[in-house]
Amino acid sequence: MDNSATTAVDPGVTEAMLPYFSENFGNPSSLYSIGRQAKRAIEEARQKVADLIGAKKEEIIFTGSGTESDNLAIKGTAYRNRKKGDHIITSSIEHHAVLHTCKYLESQGFKVTYLPVNKEGLVNPVDVEKAITPETILITIMHANNEIGTIQPIEEIGKIANEKNIIFHTDAVQTIGKLPINADTLGVSLLSMSAHKIYGPKGVGALYIRKGTVIESQMHGGGHERNIRSGTENVPGIVGFGKAAELAKVHLPEEEKLANLRNSLIKGIFEIKESYLNGHPTKRLPGNANFRFSYVEGESLILSLDMKGVAASTGSACSSTSLTPSHVLIAIGLRPEEAHGSLRLTLGRENTQEEVDHVVSILPDIVNKLRMMSPLAR
Amino acid sequence: MTDGYSEKVMDHFANPRNVGEIKDADGIGKVGNPVCGDLMWIYIKVKDNRLEDVKFKTFGCGAAIATSSMVTEMAKGKTLEEAMEITRNDVAKELDGLPPIKMHCSNLAADGLHAAIKDYLEKSK
Repeated sequence: MDNSATTAVDPGVTEAMLPYFSENFGNPSSLYSIGRQAKRAIEEARQKVADLIGAKKEEIIFTGSGTESDNLAIKGTAYRNRKKGDHIITSSIEHHAVLHTCKYLESQGFKVTYLPVNKEGLVNPVDVEKAITPETILITIMHANNEIGTIQPIEEIGKIANEKNIIFHTDAVQTIGKLPINADTLGVSLLSMSAHKIYGPKGVGALYIRKGTVIESQMHGGGHERNIRSGTENVPGIVGFGKAAELAKVHLPEEEKLANLRNSLIKGIFEIKESYLNGHPTKRLPGNANFRFSYVEGESLILSLDMKGVAASTGSACSSTSLTPSHVLIAIGLRPEEAHGSLRLTLGRENTQEEVDHVVSILPDIVNKLRMMSPLAR
Repeated sequence: MTDGYSEKVMDHFANPRNVGEIKDADGIGKVGNPVCGDLMWIYIKVKDNRLEDVKFKTFGCGAAIATSSMVTEMAKGKTLEEAMEITRNDVAKELDGLPPIKMHCSNLAADGLHAAIKDYLEKSK
């Protein structure tokens, strides 16, 4: 139950990709027929990715990952507009791909405002408006948070950004294929996507760049991807992303069922004393549930679940390489010891009611056993 | 997830030895800090300069629980002097090693034991 980390590649996606490893191995830049075939396949994939977010084909640039898309959007905007201003607005709960890019730009002389969030993880659009200065060149706020699942008021922020004529980027890695998305309605100029969260392959992402928005290339070379992202295209990966996007659109109505499944998980787990839900009760990703249990630590929860065949993740320091608790959980106001006790369960297409029932049945004993061991428990 | 941990660590995590508190403990060692995610309380019962019983309560990751469990096993029956010589590396070695980033947890278990012995020595002065 860790579908927000990644997903299994859909067999239909694998099938679509396979020919592009073998018989259709052509370089899309070559003018002869197998090259043209590869080129055509890329353009078809571009259309499918565009369709998933209500964009035009020409507005999609393929990249190597969601992280690369974020880097390209943020650095590309910052460097392009350096003469106009040097101020960027973001939130304190962004993915590291955004936060660390902003930190890097600070080291390059840009100024960054990290907006706080409320205890449910929401950015207040009023705060965005107040943070804008004449120097502001970019607002970047994620569509939904990867840890706690909170969905941000992107449309409202988009209105503000457009009124002030400021470029607005959103990291939609967690939301494409899970929420209905229309780039125009959202009011974004830039939107980051990744294939492997929607049953596509790893190693391919995309950036939506609204027509008329100009950013600086961060990868120079042979002029691929409209000279915004040079480098021979990952043809099988892109074809796989296209297929995954097509399937995601078909499966989109099922996300409501997923939310119901998730709700039954929450209801079941709330039977455990002193268990809490992190994030927003309703404005959250359909598959996301993020809990905390007083007096127990997250990694030991995850190890215990793993021994029973359940995969999950935590915001505890003990499971991270930095040994600091999740910045998201701290930003929503949790004390470190509360953040250490978090457990993220993210459901996907493959999860069943039986699996949810299984987790609900084994978790109370796991939590109790760890609480018996804990000096914090009374 | 468990790739980084030895079988012995997983065994001590899944079946921790000597969990709990000793109500009339002769010494208690409290180490760690909930802020960094590890908190360990080690209880000892001393008889004739030997550790007659050692128990623990730990809030923390798999390594923190396994090292607590291991240190209680290692210390039981030892003289106070012998127990004071148990180092963090000894604990890690007995567990067939720990991932490098987890070495601070084994540090904590030996510290907890030493703190409990010092507490006993203070009280019996």
